[in-house]
Amino acid sequence: MAAPLTLLLIVAVTIRAVLFRSSLAELIPERVEVVSPLNAWKRVVEGLALLDLGVSPYAGDVFHETPLIIYFFHFVIDYAEIVFMMADALTAVALYLAVKDYNKTVFRKQKYALEAERYPLDCLELIRTPKEMYYIPLKVAMFYLLNPFTILSCVAKSTCGLNNAVIALFILCTVKGSSLMSAIFLALATYQSIYPLTLFAPALLYLLQRLYIPVNWQRSSFWLFTTQYTFMYLGSLCVMVCLSFFLLSSWDFLSSVYGFILSVPDLTPNIGLFWYFFAEMFEHFRLFFICVFQINVFFYTIPLSIKLKEHPIFLIFMQIAIISIFKSYPTVGDIALYMAFLPAWNHLYRFLRNIFLVSVVLLACSALFPVLWHLWIYAGSANSNFYYAITLLFNVAQILLVSDYFYAYLRREHHLTHGLYLKRKDGSEATLVLK
Amino acid sequence: MQNLDSRPAPYAKDQTQEAAEEERQWEATEVKEADHVPDTMQTPDVPPPTPAKDQFQEELVIRPLHSGDIYASFQFRTMWDTDFLRGSKVSHYRLFPKSLGQVISKFSVRELHISFTQGYWRTMQWGQPFLPSPPGAELWVWFQDTVTDVDGAWKELTNVLSGIFCASLNFIDSTNTVQPSASFKPLGLGNVTDQRFLRYAVLPREIVCTENLTPWKKLLPCGSKVPVCLMFDALMKVASSQSFRLSYNTSEICHNSYCKSTVWELRQTLNVVFDLHTSGQGKREWSLFKMFSRTLTEACPLASSSKVYVDGELFELSPTTPLLSQAVVLGDRRTYSVYDLTNQATFGQTRSLNMLLRWRAAESGDMLRPLLHGERYVAGYGLQTGEIHTLMYNNHPYRAFPVLLLDTVPWYLRLYIHTLTVTSKGRDNKPSYIHYQPSKDRLRPHLLEMLVQLPPNSVTEVTMQFERALLKWTEYTPDPNHGFYVGSSVISALVPSVVAMDTNSTRECPLFSSFFPCKEESSYFMRVYTEPLLVNLPTPDFSMPYNVICLTCTVVAVGYGSLYNLLTRTFQVEEPSPGLAKRLANIIRRLRGVPLL
Repeated sequence: MAAPLTLLLIVAVTIRAVLFRSSLAELIPERVEVVSPLNAWKRVVEGLALLDLGVSPYAGDVFHETPLIIYFFHFVIDYAEIVFMMADALTAVALYLAVKDYNKTVFRKQKYALEAERYPLDCLELIRTPKEMYYIPLKVAMFYLLNPFTILSCVAKSTCGLNNAVIALFILCTVKGSSLMSAIFLALATYQSIYPLTLFAPALLYLLQRLYIPVNWQRSSFWLFTTQYTFMYLGSLCVMVCLSFFLLSSWDFLSSVYGFILSVPDLTPNIGLFWYFFAEMFEHFRLFFICVFQINVFFYTIPLSIKLKEHPIFLIFMQIAIISIFKSYPTVGDIALYMAFLPAWNHLYRFLRNIFLVSVVLLACSALFPVLWHLWIYAGSANSNFYYAITLLFNVAQILLVSDYFYAYLRREHHLTHGLYLKRKDGSEATLVLK
Repeated sequence: MQNLDSRPAPYAKDQTQEAAEEERQWEATEVKEADHVPDTMQTPDVPPPTPAKDQFQEELVIRPLHSGDIYASFQFRTMWDTDFLRGSKVSHYRLFPKSLGQVISKFSVRELHISFTQGYWRTMQWGQPFLPSPPGAELWVWFQDTVTDVDGAWKELTNVLSGIFCASLNFIDSTNTVQPSASFKPLGLGNVTDQRFLRYAVLPREIVCTENLTPWKKLLPCGSKVPVCLMFDALMKVASSQSFRLSYNTSEICHNSYCKSTVWELRQTLNVVFDLHTSGQGKREWSLFKMFSRTLTEACPLASSSKVYVDGELFELSPTTPLLSQAVVLGDRRTYSVYDLTNQATFGQTRSLNMLLRWRAAESGDMLRPLLHGERYVAGYGLQTGEIHTLMYNNHPYRAFPVLLLDTVPWYLRLYIHTLTVTSKGRDNKPSYIHYQPSKDRLRPHLLEMLVQLPPNSVTEVTMQFERALLKWTEYTPDPNHGFYVGSSVISALVPSVVAMDTNSTRECPLFSSFFPCKEESSYFMRVYTEPLLVNLPTPDFSMPYNVICLTCTVVAVGYGSLYNLLTRTFQVEEPSPGLAKRLANIIRRLRGVPLL
């Protein structure tokens, strides 16, 4: 398996290296779909330039990266392209290893269940075989590395690639059962962009499951581990924030990074839902709707954790997808991360209801973004509504995609307990409905 | 008023005294025709000649421009030996306008400079103006260092001035106010150069019209009396003038050359450029009557000096005047014919003065090219990004000099300082000093100040990229597709004098006087304003707020609904629902208590 992965990495790096040398390397970083005010490379360079001028990078409203990022790039600014290519490769390898390990766990569980004869007899065709699971990790890595969204994001040197790498490492550490490293990477991801905070719940659930600690409020072992993990997480978060403070000896970065993410002052168009909504918002409703829209990201964590408490990795996928849909400055790089997981849910394919429609819409929208942007900004023959309409459609498609996978997952679980071919009372073939 | 009227006599005496003094000075330094009276213009540190508490001077300068237009500059200077800030409240005002005096004492203002300008000064065609100012309104104020809440005082001051001058100065807020670190130094006394007490703001969109003139007139001691009346008719012609500016400058200056005591000085200036070609009077012959529809009949009785200067080198004047004056303004030496309006002989038999000016030659002669000149434009296309180009011309053939460039760019054009390039003669020209203050969204503008050395006879280009922001729909000005104005760049420089290199003028001078360029003329301070920029921003659809709110909320609701659906419901086998008739029958059966169907 190592050989195909190496080959894949070589191909991916070659594509990126070629694009870096081509004329597209100047065009792509200007695309609003690929970079947001939060992670544009131009702004990182600006922050470094401000630092060189002796001005705090947070004195202005251009730079919104965290202090660790600016110090990181202070040293590796000359090797930025290599750093971003390595970040992508690292993400892919981490996802590869994580999914490989996860599949092993899934397979082992399935084997125990089969041995215990817990599955209904007609469900045998739902049982996953090692043969079809063999290539899944490679497909995941391929979906990440060769996804045009990832490639664009990497060529634009969007720091989103680094955040993805951190999240991928977090997933790897969680799957491998290393609670300390998992907490540290989760803290790093949270420190970078707040939203991964919601991944705390699935990580905790997975680690509990791995240690065979049941989620039970009365059990002291549950509380012990939860407290332990929370402390590791909060402790490392605290260390990072304090380190940032000591690097710049000011707290300005808090409002400039987190305040900027949460209060959405920059309305530069992107593929998300925030920009046009808040450009057109009535001033006195602004705060209310910002709260509503931001809560949306965190809101689903608890119900999803309850519903999917047996399946934390799928929960991670759901959370990452929800974050990338409802975050304030989404870019295509965020989408690429959750799309990389799609091959891992290959076995749900038979239960997906509108995958064809959704993929067509996603593809069409991706093509229409630059077209309508050009018509609005450069040709002047369209207005902002055109681009806005495409962002709406794109987000509806993403929502349908995610909820379709969620539906399929729940349905498969239902079939695994109740049998695949359900009968009505009168013996005729039944259809499943949500009630 | 009566005791005021009694004053002119001693003034006149002092005037002759002054003239006598100056004549003596001139005798010592100049070698020319005997009836020249060297006069000093634009030199604020001249000691006021009289020991009176306050005094008032007025003058009009008429200068032909090489494009064939006429430049008329009225200047009024009120000086008052008082202290607005020390203890006792000043309540008795004579010549100094009370409204301004109260503002100065209430807000502890050290210096106040306002200008309102309509049109753009074409430096390359017209040469340098006496008093440069940017299009729109410009206000800069130095506060006393006793002021603790400078921002509060500034905000209140702009609102008060807005009322006094009938202008939209109340639109000055933190988003267009900057504190330049080097470009604006106090013009009067005071070496305090702590920029915390300086506030500078430009409103490039401000439109100046006749309603700004009434308050301006009210500040003059003579009101609409002569010769100010000329001005008002001039102003009726604002529409036909090419450039028009009003300004007020207040500062504390030295009382005498030893600076033992100080006086407050108020200078009010009005500059108009008449376009005589377009108004159908292109005969190359003007008179005061033609320009202002009126002649001069008397001087303001309160004025200690009232003079009309005509740049006579290119004119034939009738009536002629025996007085001549030579002045070096902005490094350019010129000879002016002087009409002293306090002298009754000036008005002649008809008791009115109507100067007739006729071009001496058909060609207007060579104009000295301005040594320093600035231009600015926006490059790029589309509404996403752009690039500001500032061109600075040094036309001096062999002297390089440093200039200070001040750029104030509103926050909605996000500047990227790392894209700043300065090139002269195709080579990189690194600024020796850069002061950059990045913008804060909806709070403060970008401020860029840098010191650049301009090589001789070169064009220096400063470029910087910016990104156009999408604003909230309520933040756009009316008619948003017209674009947004960006105030002029300010180029301040100590420019080597033209006089020193102007061989025409040195040729006429005695050989011994021109071998070395004289020291006080070797360089002079100059400020150049570039054009303001008009930049388009991307706009949202202003008719859509309800639609957008509804549509986006629908999408969020789709997300919420589909997740909620999956989270709260469970899968169940669908049982076929019985028909309507059967259900009705069942209800009746339940009521009757018989088993259901």
